Amino acid sequence: MTTTETTETTRSSPKQADDRFINRHASLMPTFAALGVLVVLLVAAQLYFGDFVSPGNMSALLLDNAYLMVIAVGMTFVILTAGIDLSVGSVMAFTGILLASLLGRGMPAAVAVPVILLAGAVIGLLIGILVQYFDVQPFIASLAGLFLARGLAFVVSLKSIRVDDPSVLWLQSTRFQVGDWYITPTGIIALLAVGIGAFVLQYTRFGRTVYAIGGNEQSARLMGLKVARTKVFVYLVSGSLAGLAGLILTAYSGAGYPRNGIGTELDAIAAVVIGGTLLSGGRGYVLGSMIGVLVYGTIKTVISFLGAEQAWMQIIVGGLLLLFILIQRFIVSRSERRE
Amino acid sequence: MSQVRAATDDDNDRVDPARPLLELTGATVRFGEETALDAVDFRMFPGEVHSLMGENGAGKSTLVKAITGALTMEAGILRLEGQQVTFATPHDAQVAGISTVYQEIELLPNVSVAENIALGRESRRFGLIDWRGMRRNAAAALHELGLDIDPASILGTHPVAVQQLVAIARAISTDLKVLVLDEPTSSLDLNEVAELFRVIRELKTRGVAILFVSHFLDQVYEICDRVTVLRDGRLVGEYKTSDLLRMDLVQKMLGHNVSAYRASPGGGAPEGDGPVFFSARGITAAPGIADADLDLAEGEVLGLAGLLGSGRTPLARALTGVDRLQSGTIRLEQRDENLANPRRAMTLGVVYSPEDRRADGIVGHLSVQENITLSVQSQRGVMRRISTARQRELAASWVEALDIRPPDLDKPAGQLSGGNQQKLLLARLLAVSPRVLVLDEPTRGIDVGAKVEIQNLVSELAGNGLSVVFVSAELEEVLRVGDRVAVLKDGRIIETVRSADVSVDQLLALVARPSVPEPEDERG
Amino acid sequence: MGVVKHRLFWPIAALLTLVVVNTLSRPQFIKVTVRDGQLYGALIDILRNSAPLMLVALGMTIVIATRGIDLSVGAVMAVSGAVALTIIHDSGNPDNLGTVVSAVVVALLVALVLGSWNGMLIAVLGIQPIIATLVLMLAGRGVALLITEGFITTVNSGPFEYIATGYLLILPFAFLISLTAILLIGAFERRTALGMLTEAVGINPEASRLAGVRSRGIIFSVYVVSGLMAGIAGIIYSSNIRAADANAAGLFIELYAILAVVLGGTSLQGGKFSIAGTVIGVLIIQTLNSTILFLGVPSAQSPVFFALVVVLVVIVQSPRVRQLGRRPRGATGSDGTADKPAKAEVGA
Repeated sequence: MTTTETTETTRSSPKQADDRFINRHASLMPTFAALGVLVVLLVAAQLYFGDFVSPGNMSALLLDNAYLMVIAVGMTFVILTAGIDLSVGSVMAFTGILLASLLGRGMPAAVAVPVILLAGAVIGLLIGILVQYFDVQPFIASLAGLFLARGLAFVVSLKSIRVDDPSVLWLQSTRFQVGDWYITPTGIIALLAVGIGAFVLQYTRFGRTVYAIGGNEQSARLMGLKVARTKVFVYLVSGSLAGLAGLILTAYSGAGYPRNGIGTELDAIAAVVIGGTLLSGGRGYVLGSMIGVLVYGTIKTVISFLGAEQAWMQIIVGGLLLLFILIQRFIVSRSERRE
Repeated sequence: MSQVRAATDDDNDRVDPARPLLELTGATVRFGEETALDAVDFRMFPGEVHSLMGENGAGKSTLVKAITGALTMEAGILRLEGQQVTFATPHDAQVAGISTVYQEIELLPNVSVAENIALGRESRRFGLIDWRGMRRNAAAALHELGLDIDPASILGTHPVAVQQLVAIARAISTDLKVLVLDEPTSSLDLNEVAELFRVIRELKTRGVAILFVSHFLDQVYEICDRVTVLRDGRLVGEYKTSDLLRMDLVQKMLGHNVSAYRASPGGGAPEGDGPVFFSARGITAAPGIADADLDLAEGEVLGLAGLLGSGRTPLARALTGVDRLQSGTIRLEQRDENLANPRRAMTLGVVYSPEDRRADGIVGHLSVQENITLSVQSQRGVMRRISTARQRELAASWVEALDIRPPDLDKPAGQLSGGNQQKLLLARLLAVSPRVLVLDEPTRGIDVGAKVEIQNLVSELAGNGLSVVFVSAELEEVLRVGDRVAVLKDGRIIETVRSADVSVDQLLALVARPSVPEPEDERG
Repeated sequence: MGVVKHRLFWPIAALLTLVVVNTLSRPQFIKVTVRDGQLYGALIDILRNSAPLMLVALGMTIVIATRGIDLSVGAVMAVSGAVALTIIHDSGNPDNLGTVVSAVVVALLVALVLGSWNGMLIAVLGIQPIIATLVLMLAGRGVALLITEGFITTVNSGPFEYIATGYLLILPFAFLISLTAILLIGAFERRTALGMLTEAVGINPEASRLAGVRSRGIIFSVYVVSGLMAGIAGIIYSSNIRAADANAAGLFIELYAILAVVLGGTSLQGGKFSIAGTVIGVLIIQTLNSTILFLGVPSAQSPVFFALVVVLVVIVQSPRVRQLGRRPRGATGSDGTADKPAKAEVGA
């Protein structure tokens, strides 16, 4: 317990102003840290390679990681409620191959795309129902989702299916150029997902309920917030966005492949944690997750520039994840001790 | 603490004091075979502070839940402002004007004060959150209570006392009629309690009826106008605090005369002349205790008194290896010892009974038997398992010796009452034949009968030669049980006195003494 | 005794049902033949093929008992196989028994180190198990890939192949390995005080610490054991395919292991655990797998079935469903369960 001051002493103004700032924006600190890491990485890469931070490279950064960015948005929602969704990689693979398969059978893209988004949503809904109404731990519930989606992906097809539908391929092949900078529709989709996600979290009651659940679920319930509904819904959101990522990835690679996305959920979790969202819930921002994905993508690009084996990617991301967790742990134990 | 000051009816002549604001008649609640409430009547008047008193199991929390919509009654009628109401959920009660501030501050530590005040009924424009409006309304609610808290600050950055006041601000931002405060002062120090009481009095002037659930008799007498006593689920009576003496109140709660406390036959250690058995010098540990010295003779009981945050628990934990020492030495029988962790301390005979017996003491899903033998087994190590037969023998003997109820060795420890859990903890510690027993708030949250049992037990143990350190927030208890009392303040021992030499009021004066620039360390 | 019957009843019943159903559809299922002093048959296959999962699940059981989780076991399997095979491959004489033995020993040492790494993060630094082991789950496969330099290293080594395919006495060697592990761990947990102390740590780590239990030591050691088990499993796996496949080794095995533990009646909240239950859980999974394959379902699609099993098990174990099966309990005036509520291992 804090030892309270016994008298109302006036404190000097600058310290008070600092304290006020910290008291208001404590949750933003980790995200600022992530931004710092990104800047440091880019600067270091620039110094080392000489022309790393070029319009071409930066545009490619978004392009190559658009699918992960979309998934990270959904993962942010889930982790904010102190949950986790291990199914997203498999859902992405499932919806991706499902899309390829449906298109291959002649279904128009305008129908196929909503169908796969719905499929993702349904799996997410199942997970959410298990978590909320059957008190299953999110980890186990999403594990069931992982099994289900992965198996279904192979049920759709044991091998990859190429996609020839022009409207889907358009998403990836078109580039909107401004000078040497370019962006594809998939990139736009990813940025939209980030923007809409951030807006929802900040300005809607649903979004604030997400934060409330992560802060103290019991209190949120007592405050009259619709906790049950929200908890189910975040998994639905995560599943739908995983479906969207399936679309993006299929457009990107021109094919659906049932073995896609193995381990993608881990990459997404890493990106979200690096971006400043606490795994204990209640603190974090979608913009931070976007930064986390950019950090991830930058590392991947650096590794490929160096000609090193991609295996290093996993080791480094694992190491970064550990570093950020240690930092989070250190900060938490410091603030606990202050009480 | 100030003496009894009953609120007068002059405080609220705005609202009709004659008609109850809330009235519960014939409330009956059953859980399976057990009757938690049996045809209880209860009423609250506007602008009055009403306390609910009774032992554990008397039905207090059940009654509170019935009023606040946390459960449904089998029988009984609840009337608010004369109209019959039924609440399906606590939220319904909130909407109707009955708000509760829980002991655990059921708010959101990760969002702003303003959001905590407004969430659930926040101002919105076009269906979207209107942040500026929210902050404005929150500032208004805080201002009404005379609180200087930044609405945009994150709630978690404030201490518990402030969070509690924010909870009250949230309550008044609705059309508040009844405010329920559930053990509001357990975590507050004197100044924070004063601030809370000021706010309560402010609410009284607005005609709010306040239900004050607390077991601190002093505070009940200070702030409450009325008290209702429950016993075994039945109503004993409703009284004005100005009409009821403390002993009478306790008697009504217990239903029999409290057995007089017996000092131990040997009278503990002779006044400070016995050989020092256990001593500590310069104990500094984070958080909360610096440069503490104390001496303990065999068979002596040393009380630790002080306000919350004064360092009692940090000191107790530092003395027993639970928390790491930053500096300082501990001597046992003339030899310096390093108590690196609880296990090592236990090997040397120094044991600790934690402040939070539920979270840090009892292993709830293990049986009574396993809980009792846990430490003994740990001391023997993994390989030398105590046979099941011997375990049962050991556990049974302790259950009998300490009168642990129910005497079922296989019952999960988590299902025992607070008093029996404390006895269980004592059994576990005594089973390793300790020489120094450090008890942190052993009688907190326990009914009066069990309290006295434990106090007598401590005295008996001291009489048998055990050295005891006894931490308690209740000054009377500390004086009664302890041969000497060390007074702590702001993480230091400021004075040590002999219990025979001081009265409760003198001790209170010591404890409540405002901070001096350089506190002198005196030894009793 | 009554409790044991109750706890293991459903798992055993489920296993027996599976066996019966299989036997009805293909009578040769329970047929066991003897050839050259070795047993053969579908049941024997199950016992042999279950070895990797059995080992991992045993380790997972005691990890879960301490309220933890080990997601890195698959990655550790991959590393262990990679180390062993690389040593054998680079040695020049893969058929040499000495080479194989030293390769296996080194691989297991590496697995022990990885387990200790987890143990240190969790027991010493206090990081949440799901996060700490997630790190190794990510990085471990990368390490395995580096060791094999991205290729699938293959060897032709008689002694090494013996591990997964050979027989000792009349039983498959791999099965004997897992049987030994079961007996050793079971004996250690129940004949010594380790079982109760582990349960205490899982139920309430802080209270156990204050009671003088070596909480840190126990928590550290369960991850070391889990790592070792995964190491042995990795050897068996690589021996079976005669290769080190860093990507496929132990893929998703942690999920199956957790399922086995849950099927066996151990709660994910930690505390009371059952080795026997896990053994039955593993056999259920293995038998189910065999059933699915027999039905002609491509193995890649089998996860769908297991998803249904997971859902079924957790729904049956959920509080909501449990309440349907008994009358509402009365809340007495005393304290409820006294432990800290077990939060989801994930960042809670």
